[in-house]
Amino acid sequence: MRTRLRGRAVLWLVIAMLAAVLVAACHREERALTPDAPYSQRARPVRVSDLQPGPKQLAATALENPYEGNAYAISQGQQLFDQYNCSGCHFHGGGGIGPALMDDEWIYGSSPTNIFMTISEGRPNGMPSYGGHIPDAQIWQLTTYVRSLGGFEPKGATAPRSDAMQARKSEEPK
Amino acid sequence: MTELLVETPDFARERALMAETWASPRGFIGWFTETGHKELGIRYIVTAFVFFLAGGIEAALMRIQLMKPENHFLGPDAYNQIFTVHGATMMFLFAVPVMEGFGVYLVPLMLGTHNVAFPKLNAFGYYIYLFGGVFLYTMFFLHAGPDAGWFSYVPLSGPQYSPGKRVDTWAQMITFTELSGLVVAVELLVTSFKQRCPGMSLNRIPLFVWSMIVVSFMIMFAMPAVMLDSTYLALDRLIGTQFFNRSEGGDPIFYQHLFWFFGHPEVYIIFIPGLGFTSSILTAFTGRRIFGYTAMVSTLVVTAFLGFSVWVHHMFATGLPQLGESFFTAASLMIVIPTGVQIFCWIATIWSGRLRIATPVMYVIGFFIVFIVGGLTGVMLAAIPINWQVHDTYFVVAHLHYVLIGGALFPLFGAFHFWYPKWTGRMFSEAMGQTSFWLLLIGFNMTFFPMHILGLHGMPRRVYTYQPGMGWTALNQVASFGAVFMALSVLTMMINFFVSKKKGRLAGANPWKADTLEWSLPSPPPVYNYVHVPTVSGLNAVWDAAPDQPYVTGMRFDRREVLVTKTLDAEPDHTEMLPGHSIWPFVLACTSFLGLWGAIFFAWWFSIGAVLSGIALIGWFWPTNEELHDHIVRESGEPGGTNVGAPEKHPA
Amino acid sequence: MFAIALPIQSALDAAGPQAARIHHLFLFFFWICVAVYVITILFFLVAIVRGRRRSIVEDNPANDRRLGIFVGTCSAVTVLALFVLLFSSVATGNAIGSLGKEKPAQFEIEVTGHQWWWEVKYPDAVTASNQITDANQIHIPIHTPILLRLDTRDVIHSLWIPNLHGKRDLIPGRVNKFWIEADKPGVYRGQCAEFCGYQHAHMALVVVAETPEEFARWKSHMSEGAPTPMTPEQTRGQQVFLGAPCANCHNVLGTDAYGTLGPDLTHFRSRPTLAAGQLLNTRGNLAGWIANAPAIKPGTLMPPNQLSGQEMNDLLAYLETLK
Repeated sequence: MRTRLRGRAVLWLVIAMLAAVLVAACHREERALTPDAPYSQRARPVRVSDLQPGPKQLAATALENPYEGNAYAISQGQQLFDQYNCSGCHFHGGGGIGPALMDDEWIYGSSPTNIFMTISEGRPNGMPSYGGHIPDAQIWQLTTYVRSLGGFEPKGATAPRSDAMQARKSEEPK
Repeated sequence: MTELLVETPDFARERALMAETWASPRGFIGWFTETGHKELGIRYIVTAFVFFLAGGIEAALMRIQLMKPENHFLGPDAYNQIFTVHGATMMFLFAVPVMEGFGVYLVPLMLGTHNVAFPKLNAFGYYIYLFGGVFLYTMFFLHAGPDAGWFSYVPLSGPQYSPGKRVDTWAQMITFTELSGLVVAVELLVTSFKQRCPGMSLNRIPLFVWSMIVVSFMIMFAMPAVMLDSTYLALDRLIGTQFFNRSEGGDPIFYQHLFWFFGHPEVYIIFIPGLGFTSSILTAFTGRRIFGYTAMVSTLVVTAFLGFSVWVHHMFATGLPQLGESFFTAASLMIVIPTGVQIFCWIATIWSGRLRIATPVMYVIGFFIVFIVGGLTGVMLAAIPINWQVHDTYFVVAHLHYVLIGGALFPLFGAFHFWYPKWTGRMFSEAMGQTSFWLLLIGFNMTFFPMHILGLHGMPRRVYTYQPGMGWTALNQVASFGAVFMALSVLTMMINFFVSKKKGRLAGANPWKADTLEWSLPSPPPVYNYVHVPTVSGLNAVWDAAPDQPYVTGMRFDRREVLVTKTLDAEPDHTEMLPGHSIWPFVLACTSFLGLWGAIFFAWWFSIGAVLSGIALIGWFWPTNEELHDHIVRESGEPGGTNVGAPEKHPA
Repeated sequence: MFAIALPIQSALDAAGPQAARIHHLFLFFFWICVAVYVITILFFLVAIVRGRRRSIVEDNPANDRRLGIFVGTCSAVTVLALFVLLFSSVATGNAIGSLGKEKPAQFEIEVTGHQWWWEVKYPDAVTASNQITDANQIHIPIHTPILLRLDTRDVIHSLWIPNLHGKRDLIPGRVNKFWIEADKPGVYRGQCAEFCGYQHAHMALVVVAETPEEFARWKSHMSEGAPTPMTPEQTRGQQVFLGAPCANCHNVLGTDAYGTLGPDLTHFRSRPTLAAGQLLNTRGNLAGWIANAPAIKPGTLMPPNQLSGQEMNDLLAYLETLK
């Protein structure tokens, strides 16, 4: 009877551990095959700097990225990145005409909100404003992919390579 | 010679001793320490059957989806996962393991030994298979089942087009189940070559055992190819290697070559045991030895060899050089010859035997009717031009189900009925058995025959829906309707088996008057199989036995000893002690599972799993007191160990 | 709203020499297989009947010799039949491979697979800029061998037009070629035959086989750019098209829309279907497709578009000029 009880306890422990892992995995595996993120989410202003004058730090407006940590969105973003010719300036994240996206320097901030605004509203000196030209859902997919280039997205959701020529080896630090 | 007739003065005492020595462990923990081949064989079969039911439910869902054009019952995402998991389940979690389960259960019985050669490895193989299947279904229920097909072609299954952990799940599941396949192959080969009872020379091995030997050899060459392939794929997906990336010098076609180098032999791995079942059943029910035993064995071996030279006929549409393709056409046509010879030999056996009709024979008749159709459409598929048209259409779906259901499932269901009295000690209801056969035969043909026509009329495979006006709707409805009969057939069989287990009449040792050694044992067989290792004096052990057939004496009853014999003539060589219960196979399976599953999510889990597995292996190989004692005795050269000299044969 | 398949798609209704050869070979195999099946099952049934009637087992050397002769003869016949089948298969394969080597009049078409549509290009050997780009339909003149060059932008696809030929895979990094020819004018449907993701089921195309004169007319029409909008409605519609996401992905010759991600739209109203064979090309279907393509074809890259009723009407008016 004693071994029986201990066996049960072990069994439940294993089940609880599995359940914890699995719940965490769920969002990563979701697939938005029919995206419907509305256009209206483009609220502003958004702070691009962490520095604020005076003693009181005001809260920044933040938009919520619906695809944070979602593997399918990162993959879709990767396709769009090539297809909308982002790679024309940024190359495959290494930078060229536009700044590099796989280093840790972020001129206009690296939060999902910042990157979304960068793509949507554009930035001086060459970054076009895509808002309205491409749907917001796709901007979020691009945002998520760009963040994965910078290593901000969980590794488990990010593909280690694409089917293109490789800019760097997968084990090189991001 | 039969066990039942043996009555030495000490028989009761010996039997009690053996029962104690070979007893199964008790309790909840005990369940995980089991190493007996019959218990594990049954577990294999029951687990595989549960997966078969799951695969069947998936098939039913697909048939519902395809009942009308542009149906919204399942979306593309669900459908892709379901057809992938259906294929993976039926191939990896049902067809191969259920045959292995039969091998594990029957081979030691048919050879007259007490257990398989490596009992702990056997247990390990079962758990690793179970974990692989549970893992796949866990992910599937979380809506993260693999969705790139059971073949998972790159680049669709690669890192760019299959995000998330879906395909990784598939790749690791392959590793688990194929590891299990390899483990069983090794132990069955060693058992078949080294543990046959005296007198069972190579030319007296029952055909079912021969089929398992041939399959085991095929597994040893085919499974590594797919494990390599799925591991390359997992590496591409997890750590960014470039095996299949065209831009970096990899090759997606290379993936297909490796996959089908496994994938085609896999078909033979699945239906060659079916040929073995057919031979066993026909021998018993015609009451004569199989006509052309030597031809049967050699054609099995030839099939195994040819099976490895036909894989390219899955790739004719990729545009390989024509001369090379013609070679594979020739090979694919040639493989008909050995199978043809087997069929003719069976016809000759029935022709000259005295046939009794019962459920197992009905299933064999179904095997002939269905499987030959599959073989002949296979001949059509071997021709490159025809292949170009029907490849990847419903014609192939029909063909492969005619081959696999006809060649493997019909004989398998026959085998379920044939050995059911041996497992349970009771007879099933003959009426229900025959009902389940007719339901399967009718349902199967209704479901799959129309698919030939659908394929020729242009319906491709793996489509989650089709459009109205293509002329495919009516035939799809017939197919879906037929699936109901198949479900009823399986249901009838299950009810029959469940009810008969309690209420069936007692079967006795040999209800079918069959010929192989397991029928000399009581039903169900005792945990130790044979008190005394038997001897045989002919191909049909039970029929050819003399009234005073000798048996082997001089072996100890108080420990798990088996008699090791010589490979060719099965002359006694020495005795070997087999290990008893052990928790370590289960522990090792857990740690391997942790390492391989964890690696999908975080590479370091692989190392952690490896270290833990190392510890588990130390536990596995840690000698017991008994083994240490034996070792000391042997080293010091003192007499008294049982490993000295061969036991003698005494007439009863 | 879904396409009724006006065109046919069947391997049993050959419309060209390649498919006809395969069809003949298939019939030859089929009848031989039927004969083999009938004979084998007949032997089997007779054996069962004899076996059932027998009271004792016949297991003696004399009888075994007779059975040996039976098995031997059957096996020999099998081998013979297989040789015949092998030779006929190889002969058909060679005949299929020889198309295009005999006739001088021929040309090339490039077919590129995308998830989940077909891009079709007619390169012009003289002036590269005269290349015609189309999608999801292939126009060919009859009695002319056509060399199809197959490539893919993403995963493996397989081009299959059963009335004209068997299938050939589109594989990344290698260009596969094969020859087709149509004997009679008509519209033949084809479909992707290699599993390629979510919308593998909706990746169809049509082959329009026409007389050389009709084909020449079609070709010269295709090389013209899109007409300039005539009505105010159409003009507003063009502005919607260029301002909305459309122009990022679609090309319309003669405008500033030069996206290459989606199908070329310069003459898309002359195609019979929308969305790679899924919808009939009607105004209503087009409106539904623009408003919410992913609802019709889950997984497609074509995004949902939030347009006002006015904008949608203008856009449709403009798109209907792209004939």
